[in-house]
Amino acid sequence: MAAGTDLTPSSYIAHHLTNLRVTFGEGGFWTLNVDTIVMGWLMGIIGIGTFWLVARTATRGVPGRFQGFIELIVEFVDNTIKDVFPGSRKFLAPLALTIFVWVFMMNAMDLVPIDWVAMIMHGLGFSAWKAVPTTDINTTFGMSWSVFFLVIFFSFKAKGVGGYLHELFTAPFGSNPILWIPNLVLNIVELLAKPISLGMRLFGNMYAGELVFMLLGLLASVAALTIGGLAAGAASLVLTWAWAVFHILIILLQAFIFMVLAAVYIAMAHEHH
Amino acid sequence: MNINATLLVQALSFAALIWFTVSFVWPMLTDAIDDRNKRIADGLAAAEKGRQALELSSRQAEEALKEARARAAEILAQADKRATEMIEQAKNQARDEGAREKIAAKAEIDQEYARAREQLREHVAALAVAGAEKILRREVDAKAHGDLLSAIRQQI
Repeated sequence: MAAGTDLTPSSYIAHHLTNLRVTFGEGGFWTLNVDTIVMGWLMGIIGIGTFWLVARTATRGVPGRFQGFIELIVEFVDNTIKDVFPGSRKFLAPLALTIFVWVFMMNAMDLVPIDWVAMIMHGLGFSAWKAVPTTDINTTFGMSWSVFFLVIFFSFKAKGVGGYLHELFTAPFGSNPILWIPNLVLNIVELLAKPISLGMRLFGNMYAGELVFMLLGLLASVAALTIGGLAAGAASLVLTWAWAVFHILIILLQAFIFMVLAAVYIAMAHEHH
Repeated sequence: MNINATLLVQALSFAALIWFTVSFVWPMLTDAIDDRNKRIADGLAAAEKGRQALELSSRQAEEALKEARARAAEILAQADKRATEMIEQAKNQARDEGAREKIAAKAEIDQEYARAREQLREHVAALAVAGAEKILRREVDAKAHGDLLSAIRQQI
């Protein structure tokens, strides 16, 4: 069904894991994954745009069902952040909402059957198209390193330049000059661990989930008009359905985890040791 | 795992989405929610106040009713008493009047009786004098015995 004349299992998987790339500079770095960017924007516009449309026409009286649903999410995020961070939520809560909605929307693309996407995009003339931006580590790292810089920013903002530098050198072991270097090394490791784990967790979960869909799709590809082939096709159908149902939980959970952890990291930046 | 410039684009997209949500989405939604919460709280407080006012006024009404009832009973009792008093007074008055009438009638009767007696006495006296005159006509000179005769008339 996909492009290429000789379709082998490995080429099927490799193909579905290939981004649509545009290279515009020297070296490997100056390349854009067009599918990731376009799908990311699309999901951001749809997700946040929905909230914006509701917010624009939000009534202060009795809300309709859809407004009630949107407000439910807003209050859920607000309460979650309230539990994590005692200060003003003017920035942190909308940040969390953005993460939750955007990540959820991008994850949700995982539920669109990959071969449909491939068929449509091939029909439009694209050689490859990955529909789920969160299976691209550039998206997850793009977000998690943004969170990292927010953590650094809020650390300086909450503690002052001197206060934060002092903390980097003296916490957690103590202020003895011998311990300055170990303190700094530990703090840097701790700081770097946050964005890496945050980005890798989401990427790993979504990438693995996508891979399982591909393997189940492969199972269907051996379906032929034999008893064994029909059994494989039926198994693929049932298992894909079951995995999709399970995946509904995963995409929601991963969006929630990303949101909470980002909020916790930024909240921790406000804490004094 | 091939990190490339997509990361920068996605980070910028993320920043743009955050900015948009912070500026245009979140404040409007939370404003609406907070406003509604405040309205609901106000409404509940007003309802509570209304309930209290109702309770108070119904208690007042009950009190007023009780007072009015007591007053009515008092007035009724007073009127009852007054009526009895009036009846008693009228009775007394009537009795007094009757007694007075009786006395007056008795006095009149007495007077009438005395007058009748006087008339009768005078008649009897005149009769007696006439009788005596007839007997004495022959021997008694009226002139000579006039004084005596009038004295007798007086005595009868």
